[in-house]
Amino acid sequence: MTAAPLIRTSGVRKFFGAQAVLDGVSLDVRPGEAVALLGGNGAGKTTLLKIVATVMRPTSGTVSVAGHDGAREAEAVRRVLGFAGHGAWVYDDLTARENLKFWTTLHDRRASEDELAAALAALDLERAGAARVRTFSAGMKRRLSLARLTLFRPLALLLDEPFAGLDQRAKKWLEGYLEAFKARGGALLMVTHSFGRELGVADRIAILAGGHIVLDTPRAGLDPDDLQRLYAAHAEDVA
Amino acid sequence: MSYARRAFVVAWKDLLVERRSKETLNALLFFALLLLFVFQFALGPDRERLAGVLPGVLWLGFILSGLLALGRTFLVEREHDCWEGLLLAPGDKSAIYVGKLAGNLALMAVVETLVLGLFVIFFDIDLARAFPGLPVVVALGTIGLAAVGTLFAAMTAHIRAREVLFPVLLLPVQVPVLLGTVKATEALLLGESLASVAHWIKLLAAADVVYIVVGLLLFDVILEG
Repeated sequence: MTAAPLIRTSGVRKFFGAQAVLDGVSLDVRPGEAVALLGGNGAGKTTLLKIVATVMRPTSGTVSVAGHDGAREAEAVRRVLGFAGHGAWVYDDLTARENLKFWTTLHDRRASEDELAAALAALDLERAGAARVRTFSAGMKRRLSLARLTLFRPLALLLDEPFAGLDQRAKKWLEGYLEAFKARGGALLMVTHSFGRELGVADRIAILAGGHIVLDTPRAGLDPDDLQRLYAAHAEDVA
Repeated sequence: MSYARRAFVVAWKDLLVERRSKETLNALLFFALLLLFVFQFALGPDRERLAGVLPGVLWLGFILSGLLALGRTFLVEREHDCWEGLLLAPGDKSAIYVGKLAGNLALMAVVETLVLGLFVIFFDIDLARAFPGLPVVVALGTIGLAAVGTLFAAMTAHIRAREVLFPVLLLPVQVPVLLGTVKATEALLLGESLASVAHWIKLLAAADVVYIVVGLLLFDVILEG
């Protein structure tokens, strides 16, 4: 028997003015599964991620996470979600450790000093833990936002370009973290433009174009050349 | 407990950021100093004339400093999309409002203390006879200003013309607070007792309660957009 989806979007439409960015998007992500969402610039990938995260409301259609309706039970959805969008959610004048402490407290995720230290160490930030984030590079800020996610212990993860700006070591760590997350039964929906190593984590590839999911296929057996061909055939034709 | 802890952590974060960056505090102190110089030159040394306008001038200083400080409340949340983090925080969002309000009150208390000290120096006024009424009036007036200012700062945080819109929205709503504070300050500086301005104190307290309750009720809606 197939497990019920942890993330489900059903007929999601989103209009900005008269323009439909999403026009009936339906997508499921099951426990232990990772879906990579591909698409050109302006295809609506980030918009879809924000709608699932309950940051943005759909014009119509429904979204649910772990069985909670995004419109009526946004509070319950937020409790089980981990979201890393384009912004790193960091305050430049706080230290890395203070940033983690602030977000875990605000989000009711109690984290001990040891857990904070472990999260920083996992992302190679232990020596920068007491430094103000103002002094961090973009990649370090990105790593700090990933350290925050590990402390949130979510059921479902929504990641927008998670590998962007990371060095090789951090990319390897993230791959390991996401594989372990899936193994624990978590559901992952990630937006990416890359056909590189990040797709190795994905179990399914979904291509968003013209406001629709134009392709939703298992990744297994597809090499990068196949993916390029599929992307060209589906995303670029629609665009 | 969770509500109080979340309100506290927001206030702690805002004050820590301000203590380290000193962006708002430095600007406010410089602004207050300039304002006092301008008033000093405009009003001259005529003590009778000064006595009549001093309460208004004092509160003009507080209000203008407050407009600068409160308008910046949510700018820090726009950097690195921290606003999303606040929005996705579980639980009653009014805890964030309470934290922001507490941070703003602490910042304004520092600025107002310094402005008041500079007023004494610049205008050679005797504040001793206005005690203990003046701190009560200043505290109530500041709470009213900050309660509405914090709410409107959240409302205008994503608006392009927020620098114009923020005072346009805030000042009309502040009329009861301005009226009460200026009248009460005038009476207290003339040596009248706290009991004689009790009606103004009641007006200020009532306005504060209304503004805070409205802020608590509406903040969630504003944050959700």
